[in-house]
Amino acid sequence: MMTMISPSNAIELRDAVCSMPRVIAVGSGTKPRLSAVDATAICTKQLRGIVEYDPSEFTFTALAGTPLSEITATLAEKGQYLPFDPMLVDAGATLGGTVASGVSGPGRFRFGGLRDFILGVQFVDGAGRLLRLGGKVVKNAAGFDVPKFMVGGLGRYGVLVETTFKVFPQPASRLTLALDVDAAETAVKIFSEAGNSRWELEAIDALPNQPTVVMRLGGPASPLKMIAKEILSRWRGKLLADDEAEALWSGLREFHWVDPHDALIKVALSPRDVIAFYQSLASLPGTKAHLSGGGNMAFVSVAGDQVAAFDLQLRSQQLCGVTLRGDAPLWVGHRFHSLISLSVKAALDAENRFPGLEG
Amino acid sequence: MTASLQPLSELLRPDQLLLRPEQLAAYESDGLTAFRQRALAVAIPETTNEVIAIVQACHAGSIPFVARGSGTSLSGGSLPVAGGIVIALNRLNKILKLDPEQRIAVVQPGVVNAHVSVAAAPFGLHFAPDPSSQSICTIGGNVAFNSGGAHCLKYGMTSNHVLGIKAVLATGEVVQWGGPSRESVGPDWCGLFTGNEGLFGVALEITLQLLPKAECFHTVLVGYSTLEQAGDAVSAVIASGLLPGAIEIMDALALEAAVAAVHADYPPGCEAVLIIELEGPREVVAEDRLRLDAIIAASHPIEARPAHDAEERLAIWKGRKSAFSAVGRLSPDFLVQDGVVPRRKLGEALRRISEMSQESGIRVANVFHAGDGNLHPLILFDGREDGALRRAEQLAGKILKMCVEMGGSLTGEHGLGVEKREYLPDMFSEEEIDCMKRIRAAFDPRGIANPGKMFPSSEAPVLMQHGLHPLEKAGVISRQ
Repeated sequence: MMTMISPSNAIELRDAVCSMPRVIAVGSGTKPRLSAVDATAICTKQLRGIVEYDPSEFTFTALAGTPLSEITATLAEKGQYLPFDPMLVDAGATLGGTVASGVSGPGRFRFGGLRDFILGVQFVDGAGRLLRLGGKVVKNAAGFDVPKFMVGGLGRYGVLVETTFKVFPQPASRLTLALDVDAAETAVKIFSEAGNSRWELEAIDALPNQPTVVMRLGGPASPLKMIAKEILSRWRGKLLADDEAEALWSGLREFHWVDPHDALIKVALSPRDVIAFYQSLASLPGTKAHLSGGGNMAFVSVAGDQVAAFDLQLRSQQLCGVTLRGDAPLWVGHRFHSLISLSVKAALDAENRFPGLEG
Repeated sequence: MTASLQPLSELLRPDQLLLRPEQLAAYESDGLTAFRQRALAVAIPETTNEVIAIVQACHAGSIPFVARGSGTSLSGGSLPVAGGIVIALNRLNKILKLDPEQRIAVVQPGVVNAHVSVAAAPFGLHFAPDPSSQSICTIGGNVAFNSGGAHCLKYGMTSNHVLGIKAVLATGEVVQWGGPSRESVGPDWCGLFTGNEGLFGVALEITLQLLPKAECFHTVLVGYSTLEQAGDAVSAVIASGLLPGAIEIMDALALEAAVAAVHADYPPGCEAVLIIELEGPREVVAEDRLRLDAIIAASHPIEARPAHDAEERLAIWKGRKSAFSAVGRLSPDFLVQDGVVPRRKLGEALRRISEMSQESGIRVANVFHAGDGNLHPLILFDGREDGALRRAEQLAGKILKMCVEMGGSLTGEHGLGVEKREYLPDMFSEEEIDCMKRIRAAFDPRGIANPGKMFPSSEAPVLMQHGLHPLEKAGVISRQ
């Protein structure tokens, strides 16, 4: 049984980091593979709450253990949102875990991913120093952008205490379209053409279980209807009813389509990789993927006995993935190794208090 | 030639290594004209491999270097280092790849910002970051200083548009981070590298995301009898849930300068001008503009002038973007700051700047990105007067400290450079600065990459001068 420490403020968190030779932050455990290492777990769930939120500033600051559901609800009350569609909201994912895992959702297509909305971090480094880098205003170029470096850092460089984000006003309404596609080539063509269009789509994704491309529009209601009509005159498909659309996006957000026994792996790719990527999946029985961000990322459900083959496929395509949950290596596919990654790790964690990225 | 430069002379042709004083003079200063320093030599590589070899030679011989594009930094970021060399990257100016289907471009560091959008335009795409110097500043410099522009609230800064970086670090190591994907896996190295102010190494190839150009714009220029009214109108727009592409304000002194310089035409009697731009699909803009027009009508303007066509829109932006160089008409010298305050405190910040200006007897013109609280006070002085630069710097320092006290930042888009390095401790604790220094040392253990910038330091003493940069006088660059 793994030891668990649950600090309730920044000072206790600092003490917790210094109390054990090897520690790793854990939020609510929705992406358990990231912290499946030999280390004492520091649970951040008591570091909970929105510290500052002034809607007129388009920013909020919240403690790392704050559930995303609390944040999205608070923002929604003021007509605002995090445009990158944070994932696993209903499952209880925390803000800190979302930052550390670097996971964004379909909405990243329009205005960018989590890394494009993070403004500042307060964290405890490996020596137990409580540090605040970045800023609390929407624009800041002072000092190195350590907040961005924490995105996807898997808690290997520090434990987050709180983070500051930029937010946007929520669109007045949304429409979701589902387009029939007969082949991966068609999906890629739609990604490219729709991505280059005048429509300013919020999201363009390809579904895991059926040959369908889905698009989401956000904005004032009547203009969206006109744009949707134009899109449906270009490709065959249909407009989803609001409840259908809600079920679709929440199913994707919560990974309801992923087999609970499978590994869930996030892969970064580009639209030009998509066709070969789909071809490689076809040779791996039971493997399926939700392609998101207009063909720039994939969430892949891989059966345990297919993980090694999937790893090889990614390597041959020079693609890299990170396992969020399930039985698979933390990293799959091709990775670039550098000396600098070791020296920056030493700069933030000379004592190796946190596991290495390889763990 | 000093012995330390011998290895460089073996790497480069004689015409690629400038050594004569009259050749070095052109590189003495950048957009922050108050400072100058002469380099030992200027190296002009023509290939990526030459840049790598130069940096590796600098590492081997512990020769300080400053990478430089067009030298438009407003914080002295590309100011040479005494006893060091300048690596001028202007000949690495190729767009290596433009892929309209994926909406990306791969460019060398010496590519001019605006040239990316020009190359992308036939495909209906553009590169969003638009610093006012975009007609001359380079992508390498934009990456080093995480440059901004007028559209940052909606589109972010340079960092938000950098997908991949190949770089040679100050250790000589060559790295490749990210690539054509808009998403990444693992720690965000491109995010860490962007905004490093030249302290980590030199970017060699940069993958940029391109965005479709908005189909439709609605740009409106509104004149007010007070600055407060303009500020209140911005608050009302923000509260309405609209997300304009740009929200800019110019005060009376800045307007006077724009009128003098480019014959900009503003509503008579106005003390402040607000420029707001909506953009998007035509149907959306048509609906949003009704809301915007109603908000403006209720904000007691002297006059609201919407742009009726592309030409009128460009005229509005010309007046705005020329404001900085135009201030040169009002004063022989000026300093420009780019501190950020929480947006709700803009009014208070402007009042306090006005009070400080009156107390010190130094005129200050204000042009600012109102949507994101990014001030640009222009502090006017005459460098020929004894102590005038020092007094202007003192006032600039007070304004910076005020921004930090209000919960903002020392710099929104110009970087700390040599100009604001002494103020870093106002924003960050000693431990936080030490953390950044350790990161810097990881990339550059010998302290050879742009030393004397960002961190408070006695390194890199500089000489001071006065007067506009020659390019600024010509109206080619401006200090936004």
